[in-house]
Amino acid sequence: MSITPEQMEILPGAAEGSMVINMGPQHPSTHGVLRLVVELDGETIVDVVPHIGYLHTGIEKTCEYEQYQKCIPLVERMDYLSAMNNSLAFVLSVEKLLDIEVPPRGVWMRMIFSELQRIASHLVWLGTHALDIGAMTPFFYCFRERERILDMFEHLSGVRMFPSWIQVGGWRADMPEGLLEKIAKFVEEFPARVDDYEGLLTENPIWIERTRNIGIITADECIALGINGPILRGSGYAFDLRKANPYLYYDQVEFDIPTGTVGDVYDRFLVRVEEMRQAARIVKQCIERIPEGPVSSEDRKVVPPPREELDNSMESLIHHFKLWTEGFRPPEGEAYVPIEGPKGEIGYYVVSDGSNRPWRVKTRPPCFMNLQALPLMSKGHMVADIVAIIGSIDIVLGEIDR
Amino acid sequence: MSETTAQEMPERPEVARIRERFPDAVREVITFRGDTWVILNKQYLPDVCRFLRDEPELSYRFLSDIVGIDQLGRRQPRFEIVYNLYSFRTFTRLFLKVCVDEGETVPSLTGVYPGANFPEREVYDMFGIVFEGHPDLRRILMPDDWVGHPLRKDFPLGGEEVVFDQGTLGPSIAEVQTPHPGESFFGKTGLSSRE
Repeated sequence: MSITPEQMEILPGAAEGSMVINMGPQHPSTHGVLRLVVELDGETIVDVVPHIGYLHTGIEKTCEYEQYQKCIPLVERMDYLSAMNNSLAFVLSVEKLLDIEVPPRGVWMRMIFSELQRIASHLVWLGTHALDIGAMTPFFYCFRERERILDMFEHLSGVRMFPSWIQVGGWRADMPEGLLEKIAKFVEEFPARVDDYEGLLTENPIWIERTRNIGIITADECIALGINGPILRGSGYAFDLRKANPYLYYDQVEFDIPTGTVGDVYDRFLVRVEEMRQAARIVKQCIERIPEGPVSSEDRKVVPPPREELDNSMESLIHHFKLWTEGFRPPEGEAYVPIEGPKGEIGYYVVSDGSNRPWRVKTRPPCFMNLQALPLMSKGHMVADIVAIIGSIDIVLGEIDR
Repeated sequence: MSETTAQEMPERPEVARIRERFPDAVREVITFRGDTWVILNKQYLPDVCRFLRDEPELSYRFLSDIVGIDQLGRRQPRFEIVYNLYSFRTFTRLFLKVCVDEGETVPSLTGVYPGANFPEREVYDMFGIVFEGHPDLRRILMPDDWVGHPLRKDFPLGGEEVVFDQGTLGPSIAEVQTPHPGESFFGKTGLSSRE
């Protein structure tokens, strides 16, 4: 394929004498799939144009060809660092379509695991963000703790990164023996670990120099650009969907919303670090309050019967067979339930045509909207600051290029 | 979406305000599971959004997402575009919807919500709906020279031939022709008659 001169003119508006460079798709902080065309005047950034789409996975299209319960493993691969948050958002939307209830133990369990997933996601963010800027030790520390969370997922489901253990109507099975104690031990020890990371970074002069007053965005600009989550909170607006529109039982637990003041990279760092502590605090309360009982709905038209029933009950066998071959049929309609993901609002807009497959599944990916702020945040800074700014947006390209 | 009718739930104040301010704008109001969809005549869309954003007691300042839906074989007109708005004052969500047919354009919301830039480009890329007034309407996820719009219902799933499969040695490097994915699509999915 030959390239014409017109195609080579990447940035038609670039001024005379400025230099246009490409960052990525190989740049480490863009994880292989984001290309930034950067116009530079000396070392100062004049303009940034993000080019995405290198990873286009077609998950939304594939979901239209799969039964509802078989979409769950697919949507977990959108944001591969917070799989459980994605499947939770999808499942909540389908449950709204079906209008079914999950028993209390299932709901508390969902809260425990979505908060653990939030910690795991933030740990990867903190480790790689610090590594991008040049601090290597936090990377090892963060991945050590994340490993413990993945061990818990493995204990729950046998899978480390994509458990797919949430199902429409509840969970595939209850937590195995000993897992709850493991989680309790972890959240007891975790806040001290967060102090370790902060001890390495928060007062570190190099870290402060690289992050303070870099990539400033105001709360008004965030709202205009469709950004919420930690970036909006870093700019000083205490907005959190867990408080504003409580889903699950978030209105029954106590936690604080950390906010920043300036809205720079440093503030977003502090907000996310504090969020990890708050997540551990939520998990601690969940463990105190989780009741005994079933974890899934009793509705046999949606939730497959437990294994023991299959041996004795013809009815159960039929339900089981019908569910895994035909699935279930939500009524015709559209539903959207947003949740507060680690990067912002995650929601799945599910359109049902009354059949056993969704007519349309549309993700509301937080990173896709957040990436729009990159040009605004980077203008006027040095080229090395782009790396810090990308890290502070916390992008995962898997959900940007659905 | 007809099982919960408007009689069972009182109409949302926002909807009444839109009706009062723009008498011809609202085509239909649908409520389902507690959410409200307002179906608008498309030419009123930017004005209604500006009104919803600027009115102090409504304050729908946050455009959360734009969803394109292809209703091929289900409804006329073919495409629906859903605007997911959120209010930081009332902490509620309102869905606006416009319906367009093939070849029709939709007014762009980038002038009201700057954040509509990426999602509108995505809907354009995936469904081929042109947003009038968008400053930079280019493909965003697919390559610039891709043919077709992948999320349309008549665009089939798949289409890339697997060159190397198990059990055979596979073609030699000289035999493998790797055209651009967009070009290689035709002739392999039975859709070669499409232009």
